[in-house]
Amino acid sequence: MPLLENGHVTEDRWAQATAGEALPDGAVIVPLERLEEGLARPKAAPLGVAIGPDVDVAVLRPALPRLALVAVNFPTFRDGRAFTQARALREHLSFTGEIRATGTPLPDQYEFLLRCGVTTVQTDRAEDVAVWQQAHEIISIAYQPSVLHERPQGLGLRRFLGK
Amino acid sequence: MSTDTVTRPVGRYAYDEVDRTFVSQRVAQFREQVGRRVAGDLTEDEFKPLRLMNGLYLQLHAYMLRVAVPYGMMGSDQMRELAHIARTYDRDYGHFTTRQNIQFNWIRLEDTPDILERLAGVNMHAIQTSGNCIRNVTCDEFAGAAADELLDPRIHAEILRQWSTLHPEFSFLPRKFKIAISGSPHDRVAARFHDIGLVAHPGPDGRPVFDVFVGGGLGRTPIIGVKLRDNLPEEDLLAYLEAVVRVYNAYGRRDNMYKARIKILVQALGVEQFREKVDAEFAQMNRADYRLEPAIVEGIRARFGIPDLDAPADAAQKLEADRKADARFDRWVRTNTHTHRHEGFISAVVSIKPDGGIPGDVTADQMDLIADLADAFSFGEIRVTHMQNVVLGHVRKDRLRDLWLRLDGAGLGTPNIGLVGDIIACPGLDYCALANARSIPIAQKLSARFANPELQENIGNLRINISGCINACGHHHAGHIGILGVDKRGEEFFQLTLGGSAENDVAIGQIIGPALPEDETVDAIARLIDTYLVLRHEGEAFIETYRRLGAASFKDAVYAPA
Repeated sequence: MPLLENGHVTEDRWAQATAGEALPDGAVIVPLERLEEGLARPKAAPLGVAIGPDVDVAVLRPALPRLALVAVNFPTFRDGRAFTQARALREHLSFTGEIRATGTPLPDQYEFLLRCGVTTVQTDRAEDVAVWQQAHEIISIAYQPSVLHERPQGLGLRRFLGK
Repeated sequence: MSTDTVTRPVGRYAYDEVDRTFVSQRVAQFREQVGRRVAGDLTEDEFKPLRLMNGLYLQLHAYMLRVAVPYGMMGSDQMRELAHIARTYDRDYGHFTTRQNIQFNWIRLEDTPDILERLAGVNMHAIQTSGNCIRNVTCDEFAGAAADELLDPRIHAEILRQWSTLHPEFSFLPRKFKIAISGSPHDRVAARFHDIGLVAHPGPDGRPVFDVFVGGGLGRTPIIGVKLRDNLPEEDLLAYLEAVVRVYNAYGRRDNMYKARIKILVQALGVEQFREKVDAEFAQMNRADYRLEPAIVEGIRARFGIPDLDAPADAAQKLEADRKADARFDRWVRTNTHTHRHEGFISAVVSIKPDGGIPGDVTADQMDLIADLADAFSFGEIRVTHMQNVVLGHVRKDRLRDLWLRLDGAGLGTPNIGLVGDIIACPGLDYCALANARSIPIAQKLSARFANPELQENIGNLRINISGCINACGHHHAGHIGILGVDKRGEEFFQLTLGGSAENDVAIGQIIGPALPEDETVDAIARLIDTYLVLRHEGEAFIETYRRLGAASFKDAVYAPA
């Protein structure tokens, strides 16, 4: 599955840290247990971290100024903890970098991912990108605020989802 | 459409073009999902949460579609559409549920997108009637009508409906999540048996404030909800609920579905620690983003139609005269009505529990009749109750007898509300894939056994709740007499609990002894009730006698027949 951003395929410039091997030079995503090692690299090298769904994102607070990416994981699409992690990163920790959803979220969850602050999706699922694109287009109205601060519609809490 | 020209249906929120577009998009999305399922692009495992989020269950014999009736309110036009769906896509009937919804038991998957489209045509949907999300918010069936009400809870119920609908963060929770809201000091919503129970009342400045209960529920582990906070200001309602559900989403168990409800988390952490987590989340939220402004509340309130309560000055006298002239009518008024805030009006409860009938089942013709009667007598407004009955909220007192004559003529005039015949029962093994035993035959036998209205009225207030398995959809823990179906080596047995209540005197019923075989259960309950009639003090209800004397006095009656 290619990397998706706003319903479109985008280039992935990030490398994943490989277990048991030294970190590469360029942009790299490290697992949480190798975060210290990542932070010890030269400050110019882009650094991302991948966390599991049981992590309280507050532990990232000291590292966030150095992080350009946080990957949150959906071990199954039923496990919605990463939605809360993404929102907490945006709302409580004011993280402005890339939030990447990994694992197996459903295309039908795409709007939820975006509205919780996820910016890119790299899923292990096999769907055609078109299914994700369609899921992105099909809903244009929501009934509650989100981290995207969509344009209010006027009545109550309704807002239009910008595409 | 401008808000000025829209007609406002009495008692419920008026959709406009944006609301309609939203529902239509969901129908289109589900049609596409069904297509992917049929084509094999989605596995059943993947499709399941998607269909559940549109109210579609796979039951023992067929698909079951649960249609949302937000906070139990609907209009006659909507009821007629439900009748049409019952006739066209089901076997001519529907079933009112304890969640104030209606479900159809014999639906074909391929028909479901069309049914949803028809529902969308009358501003209805089946979104979030199932699945691990915030379910249909329930509310007092006498909301906006009851004399004892402090505040009409429907406005906030609608705000919660909107807020929770496809909530991006809370649509894949550890388990289902149920919210009830009351605006009366008399709890008619079982607030302490919900994941969140809200009791609204006016604050010092006249704006609503909310007492918040959390972590109640029935099921395998019945727990009475604890009060999380008092007097939550209206403007913080959504922020605070966000904080509660966010803590639940982050920390609720996901390893075991039977331990995944918020009640287990609250018990595991203890209420103090749970409250600390909620308060910490609440404190760091940008509350401005979630503030429920009075303008939003008033904007929603303005979308609700208000009945024009205008009755002749002698309406109450006319009703008194009608009651004196007809003893059967008088009995029905005693049992099946509720005091209205306007002296010329009354709320009428239509019993969907005919003698020997299936609790909550209603035929397409009865749905049409109820719709007609709602138009003729109650501003086209219909309420579904958590007791599986129907309420016409605002009936002029001088016209009540006309309403009763028409109900009675159609077999809908059973005078048993709050009495032994007003039984809550889950669908049980006749329909449900989870059940261990049949609930419906026991309900029917009990209802037939106590059909005599004089006997029922003599017995007085008594709630019998029947569940076909420990998941407790029939709320047996909350019944004065609870009946739980259990399976013993392939045979149906029934375990009795006594002393439960979902009202202000909230309590969980206690098991009184070994389960009984099916053919002994009804007799045992009859002996139990006879014992109560002997032991009671003047004016004492069953639950009061039970609480005064304890289980021992009743145990002999159940297990040692004379």
